[in-house]
Amino acid sequence: MPITDRIKTLREKSLNAKETLSSERAELLTAFYQQETGLLSTPVKRAKSFAYLLEHKHIEIYPGELMVGEKGPAPKTAPTFPELCCHSLSDLDILNSREKTSFHVEPATRRAYQETVIPFWQNKSMRELILNEMTEEWKAAYEAGIFTEFMEQRAPGHTVLDDKIYHKGMLDFQAEIDRRLSALDFLNDPEAYDKQEELRAMHIAAGALIRFGERYAQMAEEQAEAEADPLRRLELEKIASVCRHVPAHAPSDFHEALQYYWFVHLGVTTELNTWDAFCPGKLDQHLLQFYDLNKHGREYYEELLHSFWIKFNNQPAPPKVGVTAAESGTYTDFAQINIGGLRPDGSDGVNEVSYLLLDVIEEMRLLQPSSSVQVSKKNPDKFVRRAARIIRTGFGQPSIFNADLIVQELVRMGKDVTDARCGGSSGCVEVGAFGKEAYILTGYFNLPKVLELTLHSGIDPRTGRKLGLETGDPRTFTSFDELFAAFEQQVLHFVDIKVRGNNVIENLYAKYMPSPFLSLLTDDCIARGKDYHAGGARYNTSYIQGVGVGTMTDILSAIKKHIFEDKVMDMSALLSILASDFNGFERERQMLLNRTPRYGNDDDAADNLMVRVFEAYYNAVDGRRNMRGGEYHINLLPTTCHIYFGSVTGATADGRKAWTPLSEGVSPVQGADRNGPTAAARSVSKMDHARTGGTLLNQKFTPQVLANDEGLDKLVSLVRGYFKLDGHHIQFNVVDAETLKAAQANPGEYRSLIVRVAGYSDYFCDLSKTLQDEIIARTEHEGF
Amino acid sequence: MIFDIKKYSINDGPGIRTTVFFSGCPLSCLWCHNPESISFVPQLLHRQGRCLMCGACVEACPEGAIRLDFNTSNERTAESQNTMVPGAVLTDRQKCTRCQTCIATCYSGARQFSGREVTVQEVMEQVKREIPFYEESDGGVTFSGGEPLIQPGFLSELLVACREQEIHTAVDTSGFSNWNVFEKIRRNVDLFLYDLKLMDNARHKEVTGVPNPVILENLRKLVEYQHKVLVRIPLIPGINDDEENLVESAKFLASLPKLEGVELMGYHDIAQAKYEALSRDYKLAGTKPPTEEAMLRAAEFLKSYNLKIILR
Repeated sequence: MPITDRIKTLREKSLNAKETLSSERAELLTAFYQQETGLLSTPVKRAKSFAYLLEHKHIEIYPGELMVGEKGPAPKTAPTFPELCCHSLSDLDILNSREKTSFHVEPATRRAYQETVIPFWQNKSMRELILNEMTEEWKAAYEAGIFTEFMEQRAPGHTVLDDKIYHKGMLDFQAEIDRRLSALDFLNDPEAYDKQEELRAMHIAAGALIRFGERYAQMAEEQAEAEADPLRRLELEKIASVCRHVPAHAPSDFHEALQYYWFVHLGVTTELNTWDAFCPGKLDQHLLQFYDLNKHGREYYEELLHSFWIKFNNQPAPPKVGVTAAESGTYTDFAQINIGGLRPDGSDGVNEVSYLLLDVIEEMRLLQPSSSVQVSKKNPDKFVRRAARIIRTGFGQPSIFNADLIVQELVRMGKDVTDARCGGSSGCVEVGAFGKEAYILTGYFNLPKVLELTLHSGIDPRTGRKLGLETGDPRTFTSFDELFAAFEQQVLHFVDIKVRGNNVIENLYAKYMPSPFLSLLTDDCIARGKDYHAGGARYNTSYIQGVGVGTMTDILSAIKKHIFEDKVMDMSALLSILASDFNGFERERQMLLNRTPRYGNDDDAADNLMVRVFEAYYNAVDGRRNMRGGEYHINLLPTTCHIYFGSVTGATADGRKAWTPLSEGVSPVQGADRNGPTAAARSVSKMDHARTGGTLLNQKFTPQVLANDEGLDKLVSLVRGYFKLDGHHIQFNVVDAETLKAAQANPGEYRSLIVRVAGYSDYFCDLSKTLQDEIIARTEHEGF
Repeated sequence: MIFDIKKYSINDGPGIRTTVFFSGCPLSCLWCHNPESISFVPQLLHRQGRCLMCGACVEACPEGAIRLDFNTSNERTAESQNTMVPGAVLTDRQKCTRCQTCIATCYSGARQFSGREVTVQEVMEQVKREIPFYEESDGGVTFSGGEPLIQPGFLSELLVACREQEIHTAVDTSGFSNWNVFEKIRRNVDLFLYDLKLMDNARHKEVTGVPNPVILENLRKLVEYQHKVLVRIPLIPGINDDEENLVESAKFLASLPKLEGVELMGYHDIAQAKYEALSRDYKLAGTKPPTEEAMLRAAEFLKSYNLKIILR
């Protein structure tokens, strides 16, 4: 259906608004903490601050809006979270002026920071607390770019909702909380008091959201009264009635369902700046019960969804600085909407709302929310083909996930099978049991850097600092296995350091930064009387995301072949060649590039090494206990971290020049896969995706390949084939290198060009030059 | 002997396919896209675009057949548009004994020999890897070339091996072969991709080197035996795009009992780089691909003879 004029206007406004940093939340929070000096438990104080924010933040209903509510005081304004990361004035100046992903900072905002926010929060933020508690070796490894730390500027995230809000209002949550409070056993339960405070906090938080809805209801009523246009007046009255009803009560229609979710979304992302914002999960299944064509035409629902989509696009990710900005350099906040997949009973989850959502994605063509189709063998081809038609238009959405494998992954990690079927992917590719799991991404892990250290017996050649173990001079190694064993030791060493840090950070969040609102939404926090950050969720996972599998494989393959098998080069020659960054050694570089079995070509000589790298990393991480009663697992994805990690890693034996990007996700090194997408998919499928919490494969196609329906069908078959081989996720860029190069040269003419980066899409012109080059270098599959 | 195996081949029959390219062809079409495939003798390919001009091959050649020429302009060649180092490597192909020493020493992989002896098992090992994709797409294997019928024993064994694996097979042929060969293999072929180049015998001989009656006759026989046949016409401006040839082709095809369809494939000039790599002249240099309009016109024309046309 054509987009209505008001949606066009709202969409344009969303696209054109400049991302702006808002000090409103920071100022309100400061005011609250300055006033509230009474004796309060930490959870209750946090809940009260949440209520204060929702009571006092600026609200507005914009002309033509059907869905209401913004995270900041206006669309595209980003609140800040000084209790987590208190930006300095120089941070603000950098945010304001940096070339990519900048945030406009008004002089008044800067002044508020200078006069109010910084003086209060300086030395009190979680960031400072965390960095203060980290060991010297953790800091050294962090600074060297061996791993990153997600919680350094943002709160634990990957929060996806299940279906509970569609049949429970906040009043129902409060009633449940009251029941739990009255059942507390102060005689026998040593944790009864802690539970009481947490439950009280949740109660306050639920009430705060109801009050937030009422504020909008009141505003809508006032606007309706003053409205001259009778149609708009009716709409405002509807908005008022929606906001009177939700979030207090369970929604009774489509409009209320969407608005309720949106209030909850704003609540979670106002309480803390959770990673990956917040996600509605399986929206098509949740909304189906409210979708009734007898009540309204399809276009009615479509327009509401358009409004809903624009709301997501209005929320840039919280402003990030330093390493966090480098590992996730994008405005995208990774809210991902799941479509299709399985129902809780394991049957085909595709319904008419699935197709409606796909239409909306195509019509809106917005970066946010990100969208994915969850493809099960039970889903019809028609559904996948519909998604492929959108992918063909070349904006990288929706991404495609293997729903059946995701169930396997979740069950392996200990979930009940029904909870697993209610799960899916979020963020980029990470899996979780929606509404029941706190699965926390803790940071990226730079595998090629660890190998670089191994080749220098624990010393970082970039700085000369000793960071790792003394695993021996590689020039004395007599076999490839000896080198690999040394690498495994180093991986274990750095994973130990990372996990130690994580465990402290988890404790700090549990102690100082409870999130009662998010907790009440997550099973079984109410039942356990425990916070989301303290193990209240039914499932509690910590992930560490490996980066550079492709680069690693090609490095090892080159060393194995040329040094240990063919012996055309020795280790000492290799080390000096790498130290010179191939200066004067172009012959050798070409040999390493072109005469090495490389990952991505269905060549077992290379792929078996990939499997060894996978197993080494898996063994180092999987199954360790975290502090919340759950376990560590791996996933393999980079966001933009392959650029950052590449920038700290010197030349590598796969012919890669120093400081250039690593391979992304589980994709082959850019340009190394030369036997077509099926061979690449086969290579990638040799790792056991079922033992991960998500992997990311990007493929690039020229538009010509998909120009006709036959090409489209073959793409669908490629996806189905990859999933039959138990691949987790695949995503396509449909754009040719020529277009990308033209966009690089004339960004002004290509402002709207959207590409797939890694697990999310972004405007090509908003990417760093290095990342642009990396995407151009990816292998372009044509039909043969 | 084959010269290549290509996966995710999506233009040589239904579904996702693996195409196995046989070496050797009795034809020598002016526009041949795989000129390295015509001879049974492995052909030296030198891709200047990848060459470092490092001279390793010059030092390695026992015959002294290779030299570096830094004066050659790169502008001439399509392949060398992205050349790393200016200049050219010149190989005296008369002196070359095909010992392949230079291949082993070439750092960048710019030098390659096309054509290698492989066993049925080796081919099948590659072919079988893609089974999940054939199954999902109703694809399979296409034997192409060169001319696959020129190695009937090898082809026949491969077809049997595919049948055992229940892999769909297609044979892409010029049709220039003794009927005995068709007789030997046809029962194990699920689909023939059959080239129809030119109807006029004298002209056919001129541009392909062989006469066409046997080609037309074999095609008729295959169709009469109720084999699935997809006829493929490469539309080459100035060679076979004249009205007379189209009329004759259409008449002939319309006289056949039943065809899977007729694929009209527009000529393209990307093979030029290969001619350069082989240091051969490309006789069709300067020929432009047919316009979309010309393709559509030809398709419409053929359709008027009740032929099912597929445009490529």
